[in-house]
Amino acid sequence: MFRKRPPPEEERRVRANDREYNEKFQYANNCIMTSKYNIITFLPVNLFEQFQEVANTYFLFLLILQLIPQISSLSWFTTIVPLVLVLSITAVKDATDDYFRHKSDNQVNNRQSQVLINGILQKEKWMNVRVGDIIKLENNQFVAADLLLLSSSEPHGLCYIETAELDGETNMKVRQSLSVTSELGDPNHLAQFDGEVVCEPPNNKLDRFCGTLYWRECKYGLSNQNMLLRGCVLRNTESCYGLVIFAGPDTKLMQNSGRTKFKRTSIDRLMNTLVLWIFGFLVCMGVILAIGNAVWEREVGFLFQSYLPWDPPVDNFLFSAFLSFWSYVIILNTVVPISLYVSVEVIRLCHSYFINWDRRMFCNRSSTPAEARSTTLNEELGQVEYIFSDKTGTLTQNIMTFNKCSINGRAYGEVMNIPGAQHKRAQPLDFSTWNPLADRDFCFYDASLLEAVKVGEPAVHEFFRVLSLCHTVMSEEKSEGELVYKAQSPDEGALVTAARNFGFVFRSRTPSTITTQELGKAVTYTLLAILDFNNIRKRMSVIVRTPEGRIRLYCKGADTVLFERLHSCSHDVMNITSDHLNEYAGDGLRTLALAYRDLSEEQWAEWAERYRGADKAIDCREDRLAAAYEEIEQDLMLLGATAIEDKLQEGVAETIAILSLANIKIWVLTGDKQETAVNIGYSCKMLTDDTTEVFIVNGHTVQSVREDLRRARERMMESARTRDGGKEVETQWGGACSLGNGFSSGDAANCVPDQEKCAQPQAPPTSVLESISGEFALVISGHSLAHALEADMEQEFLETACACRAVICCRVTPLQKAMVVELVKRHKNAVTLAIGDGANDVSMIKTAHIGVGISGQEGIQAVLASDYSFSQFRFLQRLLLVHGRWSYLRMCRFLCYFFYKNFAFTMVHFWFGFFCGFSAQTVYDQYFITLYNIVYTSLPVLAMGIFDQDVPEQRSLEYPKLYEPGQLNLLFNKREFFICIAQGIYTSVVLFFIPYGVLSQATQSNGVPLADYQTFAVTTATALVIVVSVQISLDTGYWTAINHFFVWGSVGAYFTILFTMHSSVLFNIFPKQFHFLGSSQNTLAQPVVWLTIALATVICIAPVLAFRFLKLDLKPQLSDTVRYTQLVQQKKWKPGGRAGRRVGGIGGSQGGALGRLGRGGSRRSGYAFAHQEGFGELITSGKNMRLSSLALATFASRHSASWIDTLRKKKHNPHSTPPTGDSSPAPSLGPPLSTSSSLTGPPEITQEEAGQTNSDHTPSKSLSEPSDVQPNVANVAQMETGGCSLTAQETALGWKAAGARISGASSPGPPTIAEEAANGE
Amino acid sequence: MASGYNAKEEDGHRAGAAGPGESASRSRKPDNTAFKQQRLPAWQPILTAGTVLPAFFIIGLIFIPIGIGLYVTSNNIREFEIDYTGTDPSSPCYNCSQTYSWNSTTLCTCTLTFSLNQPFEGNVFMYYGLSNFYQNHRRYVKSRDDSQLNGDLSSLKSPSKECEPYHTNEKPIAPCGAIANSMFNDTLELFYIDPNETRTPIPLMKKGIAWWTDKHVKFRNPGGSNANLTAVFQGTTKPVNWRKPVYELDSDPENNGFINEDLIVWMRTAALPTFRKLYRIIQKKNNMTPTLPRGNYTLEVTYNYPVHSFEGRKRMILSTISWMGGKNPFLGIAYMTVGSICFVLGVVLLFIHHKYGNRNNSSDIPS
Repeated sequence: MFRKRPPPEEERRVRANDREYNEKFQYANNCIMTSKYNIITFLPVNLFEQFQEVANTYFLFLLILQLIPQISSLSWFTTIVPLVLVLSITAVKDATDDYFRHKSDNQVNNRQSQVLINGILQKEKWMNVRVGDIIKLENNQFVAADLLLLSSSEPHGLCYIETAELDGETNMKVRQSLSVTSELGDPNHLAQFDGEVVCEPPNNKLDRFCGTLYWRECKYGLSNQNMLLRGCVLRNTESCYGLVIFAGPDTKLMQNSGRTKFKRTSIDRLMNTLVLWIFGFLVCMGVILAIGNAVWEREVGFLFQSYLPWDPPVDNFLFSAFLSFWSYVIILNTVVPISLYVSVEVIRLCHSYFINWDRRMFCNRSSTPAEARSTTLNEELGQVEYIFSDKTGTLTQNIMTFNKCSINGRAYGEVMNIPGAQHKRAQPLDFSTWNPLADRDFCFYDASLLEAVKVGEPAVHEFFRVLSLCHTVMSEEKSEGELVYKAQSPDEGALVTAARNFGFVFRSRTPSTITTQELGKAVTYTLLAILDFNNIRKRMSVIVRTPEGRIRLYCKGADTVLFERLHSCSHDVMNITSDHLNEYAGDGLRTLALAYRDLSEEQWAEWAERYRGADKAIDCREDRLAAAYEEIEQDLMLLGATAIEDKLQEGVAETIAILSLANIKIWVLTGDKQETAVNIGYSCKMLTDDTTEVFIVNGHTVQSVREDLRRARERMMESARTRDGGKEVETQWGGACSLGNGFSSGDAANCVPDQEKCAQPQAPPTSVLESISGEFALVISGHSLAHALEADMEQEFLETACACRAVICCRVTPLQKAMVVELVKRHKNAVTLAIGDGANDVSMIKTAHIGVGISGQEGIQAVLASDYSFSQFRFLQRLLLVHGRWSYLRMCRFLCYFFYKNFAFTMVHFWFGFFCGFSAQTVYDQYFITLYNIVYTSLPVLAMGIFDQDVPEQRSLEYPKLYEPGQLNLLFNKREFFICIAQGIYTSVVLFFIPYGVLSQATQSNGVPLADYQTFAVTTATALVIVVSVQISLDTGYWTAINHFFVWGSVGAYFTILFTMHSSVLFNIFPKQFHFLGSSQNTLAQPVVWLTIALATVICIAPVLAFRFLKLDLKPQLSDTVRYTQLVQQKKWKPGGRAGRRVGGIGGSQGGALGRLGRGGSRRSGYAFAHQEGFGELITSGKNMRLSSLALATFASRHSASWIDTLRKKKHNPHSTPPTGDSSPAPSLGPPLSTSSSLTGPPEITQEEAGQTNSDHTPSKSLSEPSDVQPNVANVAQMETGGCSLTAQETALGWKAAGARISGASSPGPPTIAEEAANGE
Repeated sequence: MASGYNAKEEDGHRAGAAGPGESASRSRKPDNTAFKQQRLPAWQPILTAGTVLPAFFIIGLIFIPIGIGLYVTSNNIREFEIDYTGTDPSSPCYNCSQTYSWNSTTLCTCTLTFSLNQPFEGNVFMYYGLSNFYQNHRRYVKSRDDSQLNGDLSSLKSPSKECEPYHTNEKPIAPCGAIANSMFNDTLELFYIDPNETRTPIPLMKKGIAWWTDKHVKFRNPGGSNANLTAVFQGTTKPVNWRKPVYELDSDPENNGFINEDLIVWMRTAALPTFRKLYRIIQKKNNMTPTLPRGNYTLEVTYNYPVHSFEGRKRMILSTISWMGGKNPFLGIAYMTVGSICFVLGVVLLFIHHKYGNRNNSSDIPS
């Protein structure tokens, strides 16, 4: 901060191995400093920062005012003590934070790296690495700075890195050194290397680097492909050498870690508004009292001067009034106590700790506890109305399992669907006995497939051979038999693993060979060509020469694509397979078709020639290659199809059901294609068979999108009209709903629709559409969304979408995710929550009010950007319904009480003003004013703010409707605030006028009048403390030992301090400071005083009590009823608190299987070829391999920063259209990354690739085509899974029964939900 | 607030990115304690009809008797009040009030007669009352030096700045400040007029009218208890409005100087602009006769204290006392009123609860 910054760099010049030369430029060294202070600068800098807060400055201003004797109405310590306390608490917090930052800085700075100095490798600390040094990295080491890769131990100067820490992507990326430098293998040569790099100045673009290497009179262009960035980890590479280009703060990692945007909660904003209002109120009070002062000084004070002359500078009543105004501002400032903000912070911090400590949000598998990364948003968790969820990795585990397959017309893997087979299912096949190379984690249940392999069915063998050969997976064999596959997509990994377990083990590959072990026998295939995957082709092939010398093409791909290219003799198989595929699709599985083709030598030779021609082409290489591929991939013989399950996370369906019962709308925003997304929508119960209609918006033009939206709305209105006709049906539903709160786990999903129907009419309709309570769902694709999000249509889109119960946006870019969130945030005035796990979710996580990161498979980028993180989607229900709800409740109660107590305290001065000549005389002792907020009343309300619970956690999960008050902002809003204020003012009136009425005439029992100032002060203060303590007792709903301790302790502390302050001991030491000598002894010994206090307390509390009782009795909130019911239950069932826990267990762990059973199976799946271009080109490009810039551009573009940039750009330039426009390929207009990879397809694809692992390009294909197939499939499904409808009925019955039990109010705690059972131990 | 980057995070020590070195030995599972899991045993009171309604009835039943008791006690107290300000031309003190100036050397006295219709029994307390006198004004309240009054010698010679403008009058003022300067200095004397017209002076006790702590701790003469006050106060001057210096307030050394009880009483400022202060105590006699029998009395006022300028009023009050102090009808009435209201409220709530309350009959949970 204080370091003199050199002028901004224009360009960077780095000469290798030449420290003197590089020193001239004063580049930053590799020492990073994330800490803000050191020991000397801490105090001034920290104070400076703290006084930038308005509140602190305000109190400083008051303090200065108090130094003016004519104004000073309080002694200096009444302001300075709280201020110092607040400042020091914050300072301590900042200091600890900074200490840990220092520690981690030190740890990082002191890491060892090997630096080449004078030709010798020396160990150096990271902080001592300079720009221009050459350092050596070894496998699994972190890259110490931004390096230019010079050489590597791997062939062709390749090295592999993992960028998870940088952009959150776990898959490996390839970097390659320039060929000239890659030859400098050993340290001696490298020490001689004196190339000079001229490159761009430090920036934060993770995917771009542009520079030139000058060496030996030659120029070599450098790109990001040659760079190893700090934060990456070296993988699969023994060692490599790099030249430090950017170090320390100049590295892209550090340049990217800007300050995160500070999020504020709505309560925060409300609080700030209210504080402003209170300031206004304060000024009003000040003006009123100042006017009073003016009048008084003119009418009375002027005459009273014989006894009390005016102060020398005061020569008229107006000036006196002016001074009096400021005096009153000082006195009345306690309506906005400085401790408010600190207390709020403390409460939030504690709530965050509760989240961190929650064992039920702890994932045993990954040993990850939930983490509240932001401590400022807790209460907003109790107000969420919209959840935007990513799909992959969030709803799903992003673990693909090979689930079923169809080989040569025969389906395998169906065991699961045999009713009553649940016990058998527990034993997966044991592969390890006959196949030592089998992957132990692989599970498959159908023994017949294994039999088929053992028997040696040729089709089955060929099937697995395709899987073991046709892929771009890299293998790594650490020790014999311990294979690790590195796959570009989890789908591919799953397929190869399946082949491996069934005896076709892919072991290793070279650029020209693939070695497998087929049923224990090593076989080496010569790899002739890889016809790599891309989004348009939707298939990939390999051409291999078998050991026997035959040439064969193996192909796998989307069935639609593949079926067109089949040989006519495969048609029978194709028909059967097609049926199977429909079935799989209905189960939400991702499917691929496999085929092969035998090639003759001539065919191969001829094609290879054309292929080489295309490959070498300079222009349109891509198209010509595709054409060449197309030529050879003909007349295929169908082998079968695979079905991969994209496993849902545990408890997703239940969580979604519960959350939608809580009136939270869930939108899924995914980069996946439409069909996949819809499937997942079904499997996680967002869409159900009860869904009346699913609107698909898939238009490519503005008109068609508008038309789609309009039609959707029309349909909704129509169906609303028809339903209005059938009122009876409606009421019937309503009746069912009223019982519906006590559902338990499994049936949860079934009652979603009904609940929704009931809930809708209650909510105040903001538009006609909003009031429609239909079972509609909207599916909109990315390219339509681009139009829908434009300014003139967004309102339309929002209205339509919000009227739907489920919204699925598929094929959206990260930027669009953020835009959708932004749209809802802007127009709906609702709290939004975004949840995701990947780098592609970061923008959405940052945009939403609350961002939740799933710490799972995809690295930590999302987690780093998030406010809360945990490892399972299902923890969301606990975060919102338990923690969020409680936090909101506590915060609201805290604020209500806090404003109340301060008004009650302060306004007494206002009334007293009318009796003391508006002279700003305080009612209380100065010490009381100092300590009231920080000692006498702070802890009980803090305890309430931290520990209060209205209903136990199980209940808030059981009755999701309990969440509603938060969404509707019922517990603390302006109305509640005014009620609190009114109550506070009422209390202050009572607290002033009751002692006034009593004491003005009363005398002590020894005849001494009680009406002296000190007695009055002690009486009022004591009454105040007792009244606010009784009030907090009334407000506290959950009396833990801590609450008892604080409440009683505060009252005790008050009396202790009171007597101490008024003791003769203190007076004898400081006679000037303790004027109140003996007041408490004299006053509190008087029965009249106690009678006064009792009277005041009753007058203050009785109306509150009566009012609350009436509210509870006549209009009980759901939480009150739940509480009451619980009380009744506790009385009836003393011991059996946690019965019925087991009942909930059906859902949870087996959710996946059940979920699939329960589905109607009537939907045609998408042919999810969740794939992307892989290492294919890299593998085949052979010895003089020049890494294809195109292939690598794809990797390069898969960084997150670029679309963050795009988002930023977007914000700066709100008029620019969304980049995912129509098909006009205008890379220069698009986001930066599209320039690098726009050749692979239309811009939107490349955008998606930036974050989505599973992306595919669907041409505009509406779902109407699949829906034609629907009736047939539905019939089939009904026949096959006959129990389905029955099951639904049963669950519905059970659910009703559960409701009935609750209405009896005697059941021992209705069954708790699945989550509890699954996770509780 | 913190910067988004934390060097530790680069390390892969974060959740989900468990590095190779991180073993499962150190479990990150949170402790299963009642505190951390928010399961602390707790009492969860609810406002039910069973608790609220009895509370109202009990409050009513307690407050009404207390109120009646207070009211009766208060009514049994004898109190007599006479205004001797002399604003009315017919008042005996009219002349004194009109001609008064601080500098006059002649004492103005006036005599008021009054009669008590009922005898006063037990100790009778004599108060002076002032109205429209702002002893609670901020500038007035702080215009004193407690250190000086506590006998601190240095403060005696250099009083606190708070005492301005009654800080020094060439010499330091003792006692300094506006409060002391404006000390009430009327002399009130009471005579009983026998039916046969003889005036019997009534003995007035001038000690025992201040708080014990004030008399013995807060107020002390400088230089210890038995020093020569005249010598001790050498070098100081009397407050501007005073006629006598502070060491001549009384002849009794136990009641002179700063520990003069009239001064102490005056220095205990009143909370409200209308107040009374204890002036003298009339001790009850040993025999059965009342302290002040019914009959006629005269009050002789040495009128020193001007209140005319700010429309103040001066009163003399005689009062007997009970266990709860002097006459105070407000408290009794307030108790009775509040008690009754609580009781009625209880009845109303009971009615509402029975008629409309939905708690007892249906404890089901509406959606």
